[in-house]
Amino acid sequence: MLHETSPLAVGIFAAFVAGVLWLSFRLGRKGQSAQGYYAAHGQVHWAVNGIAFAGDYLSAASFLGICGMIAFHGYDGFLYSIGFLAGWVVALFVIAEPIKALGKFTFADALDARFDSRGIKLAVAVSTLVVSIFYLIPQMVGAGSLVTPLLGLPHWAGVILVGVAVTLIVVTAGMVSTTWVQFIKGSLLMFFCGLLTLLILARGLIVNAGGEGPIDMTPQVRTVRPDGTVLVDGRPQTADHDLRPVGTLATLPPRYGQARSTGPLGPLAYLATLEDSTVVTWKKTTHADAEGSHQTFVPEERPAAELLQPGGYFQDLAGRTLSGRLNFASLMLALFCGTASLPHILIRYYTVKDAAAARKSTVVGIAAIGGFYVLTLFLGLGAMTSGGLDPTDTNMAAPLLAKSFSETLFAVVSAIAFTTVLGTVSGLIMAGSGAVAHDLVENVCGVRLTDHEKVRVGKLAAIGLGVVAMALGILFKGFNVGFLVGWAFNIAASANLPALVMLLFWPQTTKQGIIAAVSVGMTASLAWILLSAQAFEKIYGLPGSLAPMPFSQPALVTIPLGFLTLVVVSLFTPRRA
Amino acid sequence: MHDDPSGPPAASVSRLGLGFFAVYVLLYGGFIGLVLARPDLMALRPFGGVNLAILCGLGLILAAVVLSVAYMIARAGR
Repeated sequence: MLHETSPLAVGIFAAFVAGVLWLSFRLGRKGQSAQGYYAAHGQVHWAVNGIAFAGDYLSAASFLGICGMIAFHGYDGFLYSIGFLAGWVVALFVIAEPIKALGKFTFADALDARFDSRGIKLAVAVSTLVVSIFYLIPQMVGAGSLVTPLLGLPHWAGVILVGVAVTLIVVTAGMVSTTWVQFIKGSLLMFFCGLLTLLILARGLIVNAGGEGPIDMTPQVRTVRPDGTVLVDGRPQTADHDLRPVGTLATLPPRYGQARSTGPLGPLAYLATLEDSTVVTWKKTTHADAEGSHQTFVPEERPAAELLQPGGYFQDLAGRTLSGRLNFASLMLALFCGTASLPHILIRYYTVKDAAAARKSTVVGIAAIGGFYVLTLFLGLGAMTSGGLDPTDTNMAAPLLAKSFSETLFAVVSAIAFTTVLGTVSGLIMAGSGAVAHDLVENVCGVRLTDHEKVRVGKLAAIGLGVVAMALGILFKGFNVGFLVGWAFNIAASANLPALVMLLFWPQTTKQGIIAAVSVGMTASLAWILLSAQAFEKIYGLPGSLAPMPFSQPALVTIPLGFLTLVVVSLFTPRRA
Repeated sequence: MHDDPSGPPAASVSRLGLGFFAVYVLLYGGFIGLVLARPDLMALRPFGGVNLAILCGLGLILAAVVLSVAYMIARAGR
């Protein structure tokens, strides 16, 4: 869809981003030593760190991806909310305190605390880089989605804009400013999502919101011709002739008679009323011929109750095929195990002063993140019935929901979403640059760096990672960002969790076991993803049926494989050199 | 390069934490098992007209928050 650019929206957006950058430069003066650059001197207050955890964690996937997936596919998007939060339980009860006690700057420090092995540092640094890059992709895709309606820029421009802004933030200040950016972003995100939820409940459910008369049920076709021009229903796309917005309630429960609106509803009444209503969803099919590539959107009126159960996105689950059920179980396992294995989350434990502060900040993080994920359900369902969705982009559901209330709210929400991306991406680039400078250059290659040089190498690494992230963000356009983050969780959990857990709980663990588990878990999960049906269809443009992997989420196989590898290799290698 | 013979730092993982973790694993695993074994039950509406799928999801989020706060209080009291 084409979106008109409003000067107000651009103004608010620019003010937000400028404010964040100003803060970053201001705080940057504090972070010039290595301890300051990588770990904010270990002096961040636990409450600030807790909200920064939320800011770090509530990425584009949580805000844009989950809302979009709920808006278009119903309950299955909420599965991500449930799983993303459950992962924090692992982090708090099992990982938080020991990781604080073991490490200094990076995740590799912690895993290597007992062994002082160059091999461990190398394997863990590479896995940190792979996970960080996989997690960066969806953030960049989200940024690209955002700027199209907001600033009227193409997708790639959004990716480059966020890439440059984030690299500036990280290069100027490191962990101090990254922490504050995440704190501010986390606070704003929760406040405005709370406000949006109140507005959704106050508006209640409206039949054909934003439209007049009966819902137009004619299919829509978007064609991209070989020369790049876009047709809608066979005619050139213009502001006056565009795809119609989608996402509408078709009927209310019979008790409402002829009424077209429920009026304000409480949270449970909202869910219960929606369940007795019908909604119009749009099924997308694509095909290509000599005239170009065509996306056809066909409307269907369905009971909303169908969408409020598992099976909307993971359709095989509803069909009860074995591969569908394994895919679902595998995703839920990856989300559960992935959080505590994410390098950019783990490094946040080094910014507080001790294990007690690590614990307290995790609890603050869980409360904030849990509250936010409850809101995502209402935001997603509110978007599903808002009448303002863009059928071509699931990632824009939350900002377009805000637009259905007011242009100002749209600008604010988009700006927050953009700072959301900035906050998460800066955390990821920090983790990646730490892995390069501290783990690879200094510990693996054995280059002795002065404090000043260590910071400089980290900053150069941050620039390099920023460039890689921008390129991949452009390549992966069109994926739902929540789905992409699910893949990052699979890799993180497969590569890092077996080594971390066994190091803490199994005295026979050897350094060779850790190296093997990290390498095998990472390689196997990455290979699985790249050979899955989704990758075939969306990355290589090949039929999904050619893909050799039976389901797309590898964790169910690759996490046990990591544990098995560690145990076998540890048993066959001497515990002491 | 050598392996430190002092063993893993498991002492810094609290037994209380592991107990809470086990409770949550049961809840989370129970939910996944239910979806896999009896997806039809998810449509039941046992409370407030809201279906079991949504109640389970909200319940799991609430359980995580409650357990973590309880853990913080319990650890602070030691």
